[in-house]
Amino acid sequence: MAIELKKPTRRQLLVAGGVAGGGLLLAYSFSGTSRRGLADKAAAGGGERFVTTWLKISPDNIVTVYVPHADMGQGPITALAMMAAEEMEADWSLVRAEQAPAESAFANEALGNRFVAGDAVPPMLKGVANAGWYQVAKFMNLQVTGGSMAVRYTGHHGMRVTGAAAKEMLVKAAAARWNCSPSECTAALSMVKGPAGQSATYGELAADAADYAPSAAPKLKAKKDYTIVGTPRPRFDIPAKVDGTAMYGVDARPEGLLYAAVHLGPVFGSSVASYDATEILARRGVKKVVEFPGGVAVIADNYWRAKEAALALDITFDTKGNEAISSETIYAGHDAALDAGGSEEDREVGDAPAAFEGATRIVEAAYRVPYLAHACMEPMNCTVWIRDGKADVWLGVQDPLGARARIAEVAGLDFENVTLHPMLLGGGFGRRIPIRAGFFDFPSEIDFAAMIAKEVDAPVKLVYTREDDIQHDAYRIASSSRLRAALDDAGMPVAWENRYVHKDEPGEAPHIPYNVPNQSIRFVEIDNPVPRGPWRSVAHTQHTFFNESFVDELAHEAGQDPFEYRRAMLRDQPRHLAVLELAAEKAGWGRPLPAGRSRGIAIQESFGSIVAEVAEISIVEPGEVKVHRVTAAVDCGEVIHPDTATQQVESAIIYGLTAALFGEISIEGGAVAQTNFTDYEMLKLADTPQIDVHFIESGAPIGGLGEPGTPPISAAVANAVFSLTGQRIRQLPLKNHKLSPASGQFAQAAD
Amino acid sequence: MSITLRVNGKAHALDIEPEMPLLWALRDELGMTGTKFGCGVAACGACTVHVDGVAMRSCVTPVEAVDGADITTIEGLAASSGAAEGMLAPLQQAWIEAQVPQCGYCQSGMLMAVSALIAENPQPTDEDIDAAITNVCRCGTYPRVRAAIRSVTAA
Repeated sequence: MAIELKKPTRRQLLVAGGVAGGGLLLAYSFSGTSRRGLADKAAAGGGERFVTTWLKISPDNIVTVYVPHADMGQGPITALAMMAAEEMEADWSLVRAEQAPAESAFANEALGNRFVAGDAVPPMLKGVANAGWYQVAKFMNLQVTGGSMAVRYTGHHGMRVTGAAAKEMLVKAAAARWNCSPSECTAALSMVKGPAGQSATYGELAADAADYAPSAAPKLKAKKDYTIVGTPRPRFDIPAKVDGTAMYGVDARPEGLLYAAVHLGPVFGSSVASYDATEILARRGVKKVVEFPGGVAVIADNYWRAKEAALALDITFDTKGNEAISSETIYAGHDAALDAGGSEEDREVGDAPAAFEGATRIVEAAYRVPYLAHACMEPMNCTVWIRDGKADVWLGVQDPLGARARIAEVAGLDFENVTLHPMLLGGGFGRRIPIRAGFFDFPSEIDFAAMIAKEVDAPVKLVYTREDDIQHDAYRIASSSRLRAALDDAGMPVAWENRYVHKDEPGEAPHIPYNVPNQSIRFVEIDNPVPRGPWRSVAHTQHTFFNESFVDELAHEAGQDPFEYRRAMLRDQPRHLAVLELAAEKAGWGRPLPAGRSRGIAIQESFGSIVAEVAEISIVEPGEVKVHRVTAAVDCGEVIHPDTATQQVESAIIYGLTAALFGEISIEGGAVAQTNFTDYEMLKLADTPQIDVHFIESGAPIGGLGEPGTPPISAAVANAVFSLTGQRIRQLPLKNHKLSPASGQFAQAAD
Repeated sequence: MSITLRVNGKAHALDIEPEMPLLWALRDELGMTGTKFGCGVAACGACTVHVDGVAMRSCVTPVEAVDGADITTIEGLAASSGAAEGMLAPLQQAWIEAQVPQCGYCQSGMLMAVSALIAENPQPTDEDIDAAITNVCRCGTYPRVRAAIRSVTAA
């Protein structure tokens, strides 16, 4: 569903003014001064002043940065605070940061502004904006973390500007106090100094600064003058994560807490036919049962008691004939739709049909990937307490405001009467978006928690078992792609054709960076009977595997080195070329390898960053891939926090590698066949390759880093497998292929 | 049935079912949330604690099996390592130095598994580490886990 937004009638402004008690408040805001009151009420303690909705200065000169993004391990709290502190000239030792409250005053508006300015809102992230129950007028209430956006949108458009504006106001206040010109004052280390040796801390100046209007376009620092950004500052969130004190959603323990476990119909789309709770209601600690669409919840005074009782519940489901659905029928549907030939345009360049017509050499291949679960380490959970027409919610979620709105809708409460307490997320990866855009037939655990809480006279914590999580996720969609290319006499492609099922987000994911004059990329949309959601890097996961494997096929068909072949096609793409060449150089591409090893390469641009990866592998008994080393080159424009940047790329590679090697959710009898980590296998320490990450700071617009490391890895590994074994992997995961090491012929052909 | 759980040096008498997994006694009966629920089938290690110094997965350990035993959780790791009140164990300090955690959810279990390994085998080989540390981390902190282990075991 597309949303048409008019440009806001007011320019986005930094708004300042005094507040009760005489202080400074500066709001980065579309909605004017009323927002300041909200922010002040939500987070300012006695004697504290907000400098912006995202910055607060305390009398003791502590700057607190409120980051409107969830930290699910990717480190935005620290990185965004660094961006504000840099422009503000704050003393880093006096800077604190935390996640902003789930209040409208803390919506990540820079993100919204970016969208209004022209970038399309990815439908998967529309969150509140995409839901009929929440007015489009409240579009700016986005508080989404996803799409690798925190640093490049909120940080770049929000934190830098607010930090710089705050500094200007503090300097003006100091200049007035000392009766000199602001240009004679300097700000550094949370202090302003004057021409006659005067000095005042930011905390001392904050109240006076309220008299000044903030600049909407303050002067930003030059990169060469950075002292905080670009340095590896220890993350704020880490100490609590090593001593057990970090509080995740599942750790919420409001007074009087009860626990809910669910017995869900395993078959998608099924409803409860009948159940008999007599036996379980007699069990120790079991308080009641609550039926909701798709299942029954058991409420008890201990989660284990609830879970055991839910498992034992005598229940039958109406599966509505959906048990006839399986991976086989779904894939047969893909094939039938592709065979039928009707398709919608994704991208057409030149005249591909004519180019195929006249071609002498045509290569074609069919690729396929299965559904994937996210398997966040923290099982899904949501704690809701409804009483007196109000609700309190404890939840770790990628869109706290969206979740708050969703719970208000489901519980039949006003948005203003729902208080959401953001908790840490034990992993996100796209799983913890409260709205499954376009898939309202498949409600989420957040909906269920609200439905259950309405029926319970106490706070109730719904926790999914791992089995619930694996079997009732919103999955990376299964997809099929048929690729065709026409090669010229030199083996270079003159035409590229792709017919795939399911258009997914982001829209550009199926496109290739290569200079191919004629391209026809089209898709067919068919019913997908399985809940679908964004999965780390979303559509890039499937399309990069398809496209970068197929390009590898073309290189081998042309008798060319896969690196050189790509290089030739990227002559007009200097950023891509530099990334590809750096990855190859650092990986030692072309240099001899120990016997039985091979390399594969792949590249993809996603979320504003370009990543190339080289995987070095061997085949071990009994015919499995062992990945020894992955070398990644990344151009994300600018690196804010080098340590977390590296870590995010490592993380994204390991996430993608797990899927490439093991990841498969299969559908049998209308339900997910996998149950737990025992049959939905995870990469572990022993399987983890050496990973080397190299950054290029090209100065291009800042790109995301949470996701872009994921897309290339599956193709890089599969291409290495071909070079070693001659077996072309056209379906993932790799564990389904019996691989045999090494005909020397293929091993030589690759390098 | 009365069960005595000795957790981090403190005894708790609990009237609970003998088959209740230690994980849920810790989390829901004692309110100690540092030990995490991950899979319920001993496949991920998020719930790892020490029982008489040995790493055990508490989600499949019935309380009757640890009645009276010395149980250490992440909340007691520092004290059990001899750290002063309010201080961290050297391993936890190494975790901060190497900035290991991302989402952090698996790290309680990871730290408990690693501390038990090192207590038993102060100079583990890479193979020893691979074999002993089978905890799942979806953020992929494994390279830093290994680096942090190496920072305290390097000869």
